[in-house]
Amino acid sequence: MRFKNVFSIIGPPMVGPSSSHTAGAVRIGRVARQLLGTIPNKAAIKLYGSFAETYQGHGTDLALAAGLLDYDTDDARIRHSLEDAWSSGMEISFSLGVGHVPHPNTARVALWAGERYAEIVGASIGGGNIMIHEMNGFDVQCTGEFPTLVLLHGDFPGVLSGITHVLSEDGVNIGYMDVDRKARNGEAMTVIEADTKITAATQLKIQQLPHMIKSSIIDLTLRS
Amino acid sequence: MKYRFLHELAAAGQQQAKTISQIMLEEEIAESGQTEEHIFGQMADYYQIMKDAVNKGLTTNTQSKSGLTGGDAQRVQAFSANHEPSSGEPASTAMAYALAVSEVNASMGRIIATPTAGSCGIIPGVFVSAQERFGWSDEHMVRGLFCAGAIGYVIANNSFISGAEGGCQAEVGSAIGMAAGAMVELRGGTVDQAVHAVGLALKNSLGLICDPVGGLVEIPCIVRNGFGAVTALAAADMALAGVRSIIPSDEVINVMLEVGSAMPSKHRETAQGGLAQTPTGRKIMENLKKRK
Repeated sequence: MRFKNVFSIIGPPMVGPSSSHTAGAVRIGRVARQLLGTIPNKAAIKLYGSFAETYQGHGTDLALAAGLLDYDTDDARIRHSLEDAWSSGMEISFSLGVGHVPHPNTARVALWAGERYAEIVGASIGGGNIMIHEMNGFDVQCTGEFPTLVLLHGDFPGVLSGITHVLSEDGVNIGYMDVDRKARNGEAMTVIEADTKITAATQLKIQQLPHMIKSSIIDLTLRS
Repeated sequence: MKYRFLHELAAAGQQQAKTISQIMLEEEIAESGQTEEHIFGQMADYYQIMKDAVNKGLTTNTQSKSGLTGGDAQRVQAFSANHEPSSGEPASTAMAYALAVSEVNASMGRIIATPTAGSCGIIPGVFVSAQERFGWSDEHMVRGLFCAGAIGYVIANNSFISGAEGGCQAEVGSAIGMAAGAMVELRGGTVDQAVHAVGLALKNSLGLICDPVGGLVEIPCIVRNGFGAVTALAAADMALAGVRSIIPSDEVINVMLEVGSAMPSKHRETAQGGLAQTPTGRKIMENLKKRK
């Protein structure tokens, strides 16, 4: 199901004017920011399809910048988020992309903060709902609607069972899971959408498992 | 929610003697693991935001950033107060309220996407005006929102709710269907009548393109919300009177998917066709670009 619950239809509370171009764009920006794990000092955003055609009129640029600042969809600061980003020292560039994309409203967001780097491809599928199609070069999907664990790890036997073992010990139920790898025995990414909040303690236990490289938690229900 | 189609919802409602809103609320509780108080409370908060948006649109300056729109809700309300509206007072009020919320949205105010921001006026327009007219409680209205949500959930998962995917029929059309079905339930109609209202309403907006001038959610989106509220009332009345959607509502939803998928890209929110590319539409877009 693309749309998961009643509040993906009635909701979200948001600042206008467009649920796809404003609220969905805020959420795509937030996912990228949370994957990076800190405020970026540089952002390069590529817009496709209807995003590219109409982004200024809809405030898609303001919305993406708001997401990078971790604002929620109904935050009154969205109106001046570009100024907020600039005054926090963030350098943001927008460009228009060409070529095949999964959806008419798609953005590719690349972020830098010192040594750290994160890149996602996200689509705004209607009513403020989003679908992430790619994270750091891996073809993995998630919606941002649930607490989500994003794990970069080596592709070896037993890694997934180690992860699911920790989650089962901590009583976290997996709603959806997606795995992609770059090469056999190379790097792999596992994305887990959970039914309940993933605590820092659970994240730490998983982080200490063998072959684990990096972990991030994405949770759009948290308010900044 | 485990029900994928409206006919499944109707059957479950009849078998268990439940309303659509009851089924949706129970499904949401089971799915989320949250308490009824929590989920009902969240929807009640959303309804309050809708009422605030109606009030804001009727009492404050709603001129949009582009300067193209604003003040139409207040025009309709003033006309209605001083003249006999052609569509009758209740329809005129629903229309004014729907315009109000849409204008708040266009001026970057706070609204609830129902199901989208482009169609955010229709459900509040129908709900808030009907609440005043029939003296219903907030609790009754919040239940109605769960009914509207269940209908929208089925439409969204079998077709689409965004203009970029399926044209205006997917946004404004879906909102009209949701409001019509919910209105039937709010007035005590049967589950079957509520489902027929959805099909009746959707048939009237099939093929509607998404052609916003300058790409802005203003022209023609705002007035289509006003019209949408009136159409929802009409569809609810037809269903309550016993008019049936001979083509079952689930099949009408599939037609929306077929029509939207066949719609050229220029008629799906890209501002490359329709009203956006009329001589006046183009002139407005050029003027907007010059101002930047």
